[in-house]
Amino acid sequence: METSIRTTTKNTPLAAGFQDPVHNAQTCFRAIMDVMARPGSRKVIDTHDLSPPAPLTPVAAAIALTLFDYDTPVWLDRSLNSSEAVKAFLRFHTGAPIVGEAVDASFALVSDPEHLIPLASFNQGSAEYPDQSTTVILTGQEFGTAPSVTLTGPGIKDTTVFATGPVPPVFWDQVASNNNQFPRGIDLIFAGETEIAALPRSTRISPTEV
Amino acid sequence: MNDTAEIYDQGEYNFAYLDEQTKRMIRRAILKGIAIPGYQVPFASREMPMPYGWGTGGVQVTASILGKDDCLKMIDQGSDDTTNAVSLRGFFEKTAGIRTTYETSEATVIQTRHRIPEKNLTENQVLVFQVPIPEPLRFLEPRETETRKMHALEDYGLMHVKLYEDIAKNGHIATTYAYPVKVNDRYVMDPSPTPKFDNPKIDQMEALQLYGAGREKRIYAIPPYTKVKSLDFEDYPFEVQKFDKPCGLCGAENVYLDEVILDDKGGRMFVCSDSDYCEERRAEGHAGPMAADPAAIQIGGATVEETI
Repeated sequence: METSIRTTTKNTPLAAGFQDPVHNAQTCFRAIMDVMARPGSRKVIDTHDLSPPAPLTPVAAAIALTLFDYDTPVWLDRSLNSSEAVKAFLRFHTGAPIVGEAVDASFALVSDPEHLIPLASFNQGSAEYPDQSTTVILTGQEFGTAPSVTLTGPGIKDTTVFATGPVPPVFWDQVASNNNQFPRGIDLIFAGETEIAALPRSTRISPTEV
Repeated sequence: MNDTAEIYDQGEYNFAYLDEQTKRMIRRAILKGIAIPGYQVPFASREMPMPYGWGTGGVQVTASILGKDDCLKMIDQGSDDTTNAVSLRGFFEKTAGIRTTYETSEATVIQTRHRIPEKNLTENQVLVFQVPIPEPLRFLEPRETETRKMHALEDYGLMHVKLYEDIAKNGHIATTYAYPVKVNDRYVMDPSPTPKFDNPKIDQMEALQLYGAGREKRIYAIPPYTKVKSLDFEDYPFEVQKFDKPCGLCGAENVYLDEVILDDKGGRMFVCSDSDYCEERRAEGHAGPMAADPAAIQIGGATVEETI
């Protein structure tokens, strides 16, 4: 019986969560809060030696362990959803229900951002309760490589330039229309190898003039 | 080691009192609040070991963001050593064992009841407000279902009617505190009962502002560098209070002053409401007209003790 508790699939032991759940989650949260309050800025997130099952990255796992729990239905993209180890990891450490419909989710985890479904498929919140929308977390991002966009809005002094990839070709148009329906809309968190960035719905997007 | 540290080491409380699930729930509300500046996010406010009105909302927000390396400043009406500030500072010293300070520039998290420090805040600071009634439309429309619809439809005519009635009755906008603001050209928000003197500081502030209302179960936020406009009319523009005298103790001008009664013969003086600002100026050698008065020294001269 003991082995069935400690292992999830036949020979894959369950990866550990935070060593110090209280303070590790707090430092991760402050990093997330800082980038959400300053759209387009990047912050190193301390993953505290997490080694989650692939394709879940340590940074994405740190965000998940910081924000998910039984109150937050989570949607996984196809590559994450096909990994039993990832689902077992999230279920065990966060208790979050994993849902099949993107519109039901509080959080969406995306490990293959190039094939991200349209942002409009997620919960956009209602006019009365815009806070009930989905927060979409894109993993495997590389900052500063792809063509950049210019950001303005709350949290940004004047303007800032932001570049991240991979994202789908129509992504920035979708983000711009997401902003157009403010206060409804989704919020985005970009998880890189060590850094994170965020784009709340309040940020206005325009192509960077060359 | 003092008593409070012992209690913390015994592990009687989780760090900063709240359990981790509660913190996660509040943290998610904070993130949504930041993403929708000025919108009031409902949250499952917990019962705290202090009565409503003491800042249960602010305390829950502070407890959720606080880390062991943070340095906390706690103010009540601008002062670090009034009852509310002392109790809540003691609460976090006891439950989180963190460093606290009186100095505005040293703090990383500042929880405030009804004032914003005179000194400019920086990008590395978070300002947490204690909010009694978060809904600016509540006294105009008591039904939550209706005010929620009004926010959804951006229907703020009623608020302008209220300000207009002020002018019709008094000749000027008589609202002096909890003066309604429009955040990011979208949501009308109550900046908590800070004097309207502080409204210009909220606009384009470099620090993140978080607002917590415990009894009303709402959290809202203003990110740094966000446009916050006090509502007014073209012919009756927004104005802050002006004081004809400088601070009696430190001589500061263009700061918010409190009236202090000195004796029962009509003696009184006006002093900075921000006690840390006043003390710092006096330490730098500034002196106001009342600084030499023996009655005034008794009030302003008390040296404060800090926990390091």
